[in-house]
Amino acid sequence: MSEEKSSTATLYERIGGEAAVNAAVELFYRKVISDYRINRFFSNSNMDAQIAKQKAFFTMAFGGPNNYTGTDMRNAHARFVTMGLDDSHFDAVMEHLGATLQELNVPANLISEAAAIAESVRNDVLGK
Amino acid sequence: MNKLTFGEQIVTCKTGDTVLDTLLNNNLTIPNSCRQGACQSCLMRCLNTKPPAASQIGLKDVLQEQKYFLACICYPEQDMTISLGPQANLFTPATVISKEILNPETILITIACEQPLDYYAGQFVNLRRADGLTRSYSIANSRKHAEKMTFHVRRLAGGQFSQWVHQELSVGDSIEVSDPQGLCFYLPNRQEQNLLLIGTGSGLAPLAGIIHEALEQGHSGEIHLFHGSREMDGLYWIDEMHELQKNHPNFHYTPCVSRGDTPEGVARGRANEVAMSTLAKLKDWRVYLCGHPEMVNQAKIHAFLNGASSKDIHADAFHVASASLD
Repeated sequence: MSEEKSSTATLYERIGGEAAVNAAVELFYRKVISDYRINRFFSNSNMDAQIAKQKAFFTMAFGGPNNYTGTDMRNAHARFVTMGLDDSHFDAVMEHLGATLQELNVPANLISEAAAIAESVRNDVLGK
Repeated sequence: MNKLTFGEQIVTCKTGDTVLDTLLNNNLTIPNSCRQGACQSCLMRCLNTKPPAASQIGLKDVLQEQKYFLACICYPEQDMTISLGPQANLFTPATVISKEILNPETILITIACEQPLDYYAGQFVNLRRADGLTRSYSIANSRKHAEKMTFHVRRLAGGQFSQWVHQELSVGDSIEVSDPQGLCFYLPNRQEQNLLLIGTGSGLAPLAGIIHEALEQGHSGEIHLFHGSREMDGLYWIDEMHELQKNHPNFHYTPCVSRGDTPEGVARGRANEVAMSTLAKLKDWRVYLCGHPEMVNQAKIHAFLNGASSKDIHADAFHVASASLD
């Protein structure tokens, strides 16, 4: 993150851009697949593809460039909704998101901003 | 303006357009999603030239080396020939020059190719016999003797190709070899990195190639090999690996069997489980996994949870048509 841009920079820039995403993704995915409450929604069969998806998620949560629409979110998660995906699972993911960013020493105000962006897709993810 | 050759199609990429934009604008179907270099859905391979470095950001080093790139962030700097999958399979004639028994179910064959193939230790080729029957086998040697390639062929119940190799293929016979393929291979970058290699059955073949290559290249990190089988009968090269260990202080070898008696010096248990309990902290390690698909998949996750980065985990699962692989 660069000093001179801090007044106008996006959250993605302030948080550290792609390097920050890379640092966060693996920490986050380790937490997710170790969590019995939600790991069934994160298939283990292709770890590289899963990690790429989490990378897209973090880019979005940091307000980075992304092309996801509400419909994309709904379609991507529809089969998990039929498997029982609900608010408790979304809460667990939010928990891991927060814990990951804390572990990386991201300032609390930036964590709140990222959490708010992730929270904004809750209804689309849960198909509500 | 650069030309893109994609299969039979040749399209023009306007300055400022990405490869993905250009292909989609020409009504070509390319999987894609985030369009910002994150999701890797639009992974493609360049067949003629090295793609722009910026289009390879975030890819595994082995993918970068094989000229893979992300179409959505690729602004061509020259004409490119590109494909979605691996390139078309070309075959080279070869002759069998030796055949020896490794254990009751595995034999080693050595072939001499008419033209030496350019491969990385750990890759595999397709071997094709005269009637067209083709199977994939890992190259078991390093690049030092590139004109002679060795393979470990395990006899599978009902396995047409492996039965034929065991029973009929003789020294002097011809066989065809495809271009080397696969991404589970050794690159001599970061030589101080510790290596963990886990293989079951003939999964030792690519790992042996990788180990020899690493040692020949002067790899300075620790190199730990765990080779497993159900019973003692399924192991091989025990003496050779012990010998290698004696000559290279940074190489460590642990044979493992999951059933039956274990003689001294052999660990009891599945190779992946023995390895993961011995090496609980794998942060910054490079990991190679070859053999039974279930072992490979479990070990991949376990290595990741033990701290290895997914970019440093290289795996080759041996999928077989018949049922008897353990």
